[in-house]
Amino acid sequence: MRTISQEELYTAVANLVVQANFHLPDHVVQALSVMYNSEQKPLPKETLHILLQNATIAATRHIPLCQDCGSVIVFLQIGTGVTIDGNLEEIINRAVANTYRSHYLRPSIVKDPLFDRTNTGTNTPAFIHTEIVGGNSVAITVYIKGGGSENMSSIKMFTPTADSEEIIDYIVTTVKQAGPNPCPPLFLGIGIGGTADVAMLNAKKAVLQKEPHPKEEYRKLEEVILQRCNNTGIGPLGFGGNHTVAMVRIKDAPTHIATLPVALNLNCHSLRYRSTIL
Amino acid sequence: MKTIDLHTPISEYDLQLLKAGDLISISGTIYTARDKAHKKIAELIAQQKSLPIDFTNAVLYYAGPSPAPPGMPIGAIGPTTSYRMDAYTDIMLSLGVRMFIGKGSRSNEVKKLLVNYKAVYCSSFGGAAAYLNQCVVDAQIIAFEEFGPEAIYKLTVEKFPAIVINDTYGGDLYA
Repeated sequence: MRTISQEELYTAVANLVVQANFHLPDHVVQALSVMYNSEQKPLPKETLHILLQNATIAATRHIPLCQDCGSVIVFLQIGTGVTIDGNLEEIINRAVANTYRSHYLRPSIVKDPLFDRTNTGTNTPAFIHTEIVGGNSVAITVYIKGGGSENMSSIKMFTPTADSEEIIDYIVTTVKQAGPNPCPPLFLGIGIGGTADVAMLNAKKAVLQKEPHPKEEYRKLEEVILQRCNNTGIGPLGFGGNHTVAMVRIKDAPTHIATLPVALNLNCHSLRYRSTIL
Repeated sequence: MKTIDLHTPISEYDLQLLKAGDLISISGTIYTARDKAHKKIAELIAQQKSLPIDFTNAVLYYAGPSPAPPGMPIGAIGPTTSYRMDAYTDIMLSLGVRMFIGKGSRSNEVKKLLVNYKAVYCSSFGGAAAYLNQCVVDAQIIAFEEFGPEAIYKLTVEKFPAIVINDTYGGDLYA
């Protein structure tokens, strides 16, 4: 049995929090650059230019990419051959709290959603999802999700006889209704199947998949959704043009004979996440 | 793109020149306020208590900045989503605010109010918070410090960029 020390886990989480908040992943910068180069209209082109400059300024001057330093979502895949020397949640929350303070990241978490919306001041608790897998390592992903785009999340329970055209319509309608609010160009994560909660979690995980879906029919569906969303004319920050969605990723799961849940995670242009393996 | 330079206080004449889709660049004083500050102001008014700021002809920026690192006046400071402040916009207009800056779309009611009050709603660049930090030369908390990032900041800005979404004539870039 391999043991991972508290310090090792703490340092890993702290580093991921910094990386995610100040350094846009290469493939996200790449996606913004491709859209900038192909954009013809002045206002959306200027907007994409500003977003690219934002990424450079954030990295070089150490200013957070967005003032909304998000909810901290942590995905952990813990191997059965490994033990963590300490309380997992406590270590992660301590790393998040200290890093948010020392790097001047905005705390945005309130302690009670309804009756006491007092800011905890530490951006904790983080929202932690653990999965037990084989092996003797721990894979950690820190995903920073802003509140404005999270507010545009959507789930619909389709009847099992629904076809992909109905699902595409629902997705395009949701993106259209959200309009400029979630800060497009969006990175769109879609969870299809499972139960309602599984679909929503898969929508979160889907947006972190760099590669298109491995199955051809889903890959085609991703492409069609991208195309259709980009025909809406919303454009970067709602300023027009044909770059409303930068990327579409689907994560599917088996489901009940009576159900077909479809969950949407609309991520803003600032897709902030980092992963490591211990 | 052609940019319209504006200096605060912004006059009625300045506002009348603006059309939906214009790129503007603001220099001078603007105030931040987001969800909690709006709720608090509405409460103070309902209780007939005095307000900490005079909003006459003010520019209001829907924003909750990240903390200022050493050597900087403020941290990251992009706009927050405006529709959450729709319910309070009538109050803020009646207090004298003449320009709102945020991101995203407004309700039909707010659009009508903007025309009635001859006020303007602009969107800045959502998620360009490090970029917009470069336009802030000074920042002071002037009310509700206990709200943390949701306090009201008085910002001195230099060439702060925004796009006119709703003009004084009912023009709407998002329509």
